[in-house]
Amino acid sequence: MSEILLQIDGKEVRAEKGMTILEAAKSAGIFIPTLCHHEKLEPFGACRLCIVELESRGSSRLVVSCVYPVENNLVVRTRSEKIDRIRKMILELLLAHAPDSFVLEELAREYGADRNRFEKEASFCIHCGLCVRYCAEVKKKNAIGFVDRGIRKEISFIPEIAAKECMACKECFPLCPTEALQAAFVLTMGLVAP
Amino acid sequence: MTRLNSPEELEGFRQEILSRRDPDKPCISICAGSGCVASGALEVIAAFKAEIEKQGLAATVDTKGTGCPGFCERGPVVVIYPEEICYLQVMPEDVPEIISQTVKEKKVVDRLLYVDPATGEKAVHEYDISFYRNQERNVICNNIKIDSKNIDDYLANGGYSALGEALGSMTPVEVLEEVKKANLRGRGGAGFPAGVKWEGSRNAPDPVKYVIVNADEGDPGAFMDRAVLEGNPHSVLEGLIIGGYAIGAQEGYIYVRHEYPLAVENITLAIQQAEACGLLGENIFGSGYNFRVFVNQGAGAFVCGESTALMTSIEGRAGEPRPKYVRSNVVGLWGHPTVLNNVETWANVPLIINKGADWFTSIGTESSKGTKIFSLVGKIANTGLVEVPMGISLRDIVFKIGGGIPGGKKFKAVQTGGPSGGCIPESLLDLPVGFDELTAAGSMMGSGGMIVMDEDTCMVDTARYFVKFLTDESCGKCVPCREGLRQMDNILTRITEGKGGEGDIELLEALAETAQEASLCALGKSAPNPFLSTLQYFRDEYEAHIKEKRCPALSCKELIAYVIDPEQCRACQLCVKKCPAGAIDGGKDLVSIIDQEKCTKCGTCFEVCPPRFNAVRKISGEPVPPPVSGEARKIVRGGKES
Repeated sequence: MSEILLQIDGKEVRAEKGMTILEAAKSAGIFIPTLCHHEKLEPFGACRLCIVELESRGSSRLVVSCVYPVENNLVVRTRSEKIDRIRKMILELLLAHAPDSFVLEELAREYGADRNRFEKEASFCIHCGLCVRYCAEVKKKNAIGFVDRGIRKEISFIPEIAAKECMACKECFPLCPTEALQAAFVLTMGLVAP
Repeated sequence: MTRLNSPEELEGFRQEILSRRDPDKPCISICAGSGCVASGALEVIAAFKAEIEKQGLAATVDTKGTGCPGFCERGPVVVIYPEEICYLQVMPEDVPEIISQTVKEKKVVDRLLYVDPATGEKAVHEYDISFYRNQERNVICNNIKIDSKNIDDYLANGGYSALGEALGSMTPVEVLEEVKKANLRGRGGAGFPAGVKWEGSRNAPDPVKYVIVNADEGDPGAFMDRAVLEGNPHSVLEGLIIGGYAIGAQEGYIYVRHEYPLAVENITLAIQQAEACGLLGENIFGSGYNFRVFVNQGAGAFVCGESTALMTSIEGRAGEPRPKYVRSNVVGLWGHPTVLNNVETWANVPLIINKGADWFTSIGTESSKGTKIFSLVGKIANTGLVEVPMGISLRDIVFKIGGGIPGGKKFKAVQTGGPSGGCIPESLLDLPVGFDELTAAGSMMGSGGMIVMDEDTCMVDTARYFVKFLTDESCGKCVPCREGLRQMDNILTRITEGKGGEGDIELLEALAETAQEASLCALGKSAPNPFLSTLQYFRDEYEAHIKEKRCPALSCKELIAYVIDPEQCRACQLCVKKCPAGAIDGGKDLVSIIDQEKCTKCGTCFEVCPPRFNAVRKISGEPVPPPVSGEARKIVRGGKES
């Protein structure tokens, strides 16, 4: 009796206990956009793009679907005026850093996001953490990590580890939605073996 | 040290301590809290010790460095027992006089007493001082009586009797029920009922549970948790042990920010002393209850006060909040049920057990019970810690206790709840202080920081300051907080520089909505509060900055200019001499002129111009008048033809 019934965008969805709303939606063919989610990795909850609306007793609240566990009789809406407005803002904030990212451009079209709404600050990395988490959780090498915090936070390869591990792996490369990762890698390699 | 095996033995030991002490023996208590230490308290303590030695009084007079009694504005604070004579701003050179006059002759040294600025009356005792008279001090009242490094002082004042009561004659559920009945709400932020939080952990099936003291106080201008932890560490420890007993935890953590070295020192010592007395460790009071406490130092990141970030930090990883929809009291530290309460919340627990929930609920408002410690800072006469019953009006705190605004300035707003709180305007000064009342006014209780602002404070700049603070302190994990705050900071900065434009307010509102609705943790969710509350109450200031390029408070540097009124200037040339930029030209009988190109707007000329001339003016939103020249620049002195 671990099956759970919930409603997503008016559709009855069957899910298993322990699944997230995002997983349940995906299994039912309902698309929720994500930037920091990856099936093989622990939920991170950082990009906040997969935000959805939960309805209960006439009121609604916003949760991120990549973390929220499914519950019986949950009523979920994946699109609404408010959700779209917030997704648009999140995309515009990220486009200031990576205006030419294909992933972002495509989402920007969907949500009408303006890539020029905020002043450009081309740091390229959008801190989705896919590379950092993949290297730590799947490869267990920790060759790349986050340094500093807040707006000064950056991804950085650890040269000593990267020199040994990365050349033969590079599995994180295709995960990066903005190509900032490759740049960081090239820079690190340049420093390690000029 | 004696090991105390039962509440009876504790009581016996307490009597023994008291019998060793002569209540009539003079004792000089000097505040040794961080505030007074910064004002020279350690030198004063050393001077007392040396003088007592010199006068051969070592056997008849005691001295002790104590916890913070709150009146930091007038530190170092000295109280002389048994008469409880209170001296303020005591310097080492005052010491011989205090010893010879007060201690030996029982005479009061008049010049060291508090003088009420309103009435001119002198106050001999602490409780005569207006600052203290309007407070209700339950949590910090013992600070000045206790040497925070000596467990005997805490025991002499009835310490650990609540632990004896809890472990000796109450079941854990009875303790929990008492705290629930008291409706103790968390003093750290949102005011979540502590008893309900405890119950969730107690009922969680996992047998391994933890209790944590959150002493990661990082709000600018707030230091109540520091004062309690430094000044009366055992009261926090006792509350924590009782809480651990109530929920069934065997381990507790005290998470203190690295910037509080004295708090770390005192609480570490307190743990050692409590262990030596058998108040911590195995089989406390023979009840079969085992409890250990560890101190954990944070690296001083503001975000580590957030519960999940704090726990991540204790686990040894970077202090970033984690996404979750299961509360920490069910899945917390290392995945186990964890009760996290702040310093002040824990310090209230022994009081509730000792005096009962009915006593506790007799203080306060319908939904906010007990007292709350505020740290009152900013443009206020009496800076310091104040403990007041919930429900007291902001007006009473600012004017009766705080002594109002210095320099004859007008009150403008009080910022409550720390960086993510809000600014409350004059029209709401009669608001009773409580969790829900402050939230309804667009601010919050937070941990109890209170920053008073006068007419010279620009509210747009205030919002910018707090948003900037939060931008720096954000962990940077989620987009609405990291990127949203960065843009809010950019826009607010632009507005204060006179570069704001149409649509800026709306864009700020949209960013605020995204941060509030979509951020991962409470830091981001509450970060727009300083902007939203100032916009709500001071929208005209935003509009003046954007539309008229004018700062109504004459505070934003880019929007003001300093000019010299030729009618008022008497050519004293003080401003010419003091101007660090060499921007002022002057001479004998010549009106001084500020070169606007060279002026750095530091305000020195404004400050040094003698009040009787009052010739330097700050202007904003109007063109700078052309400098007077030629004949008009010459000052004609009345009665003295030149």
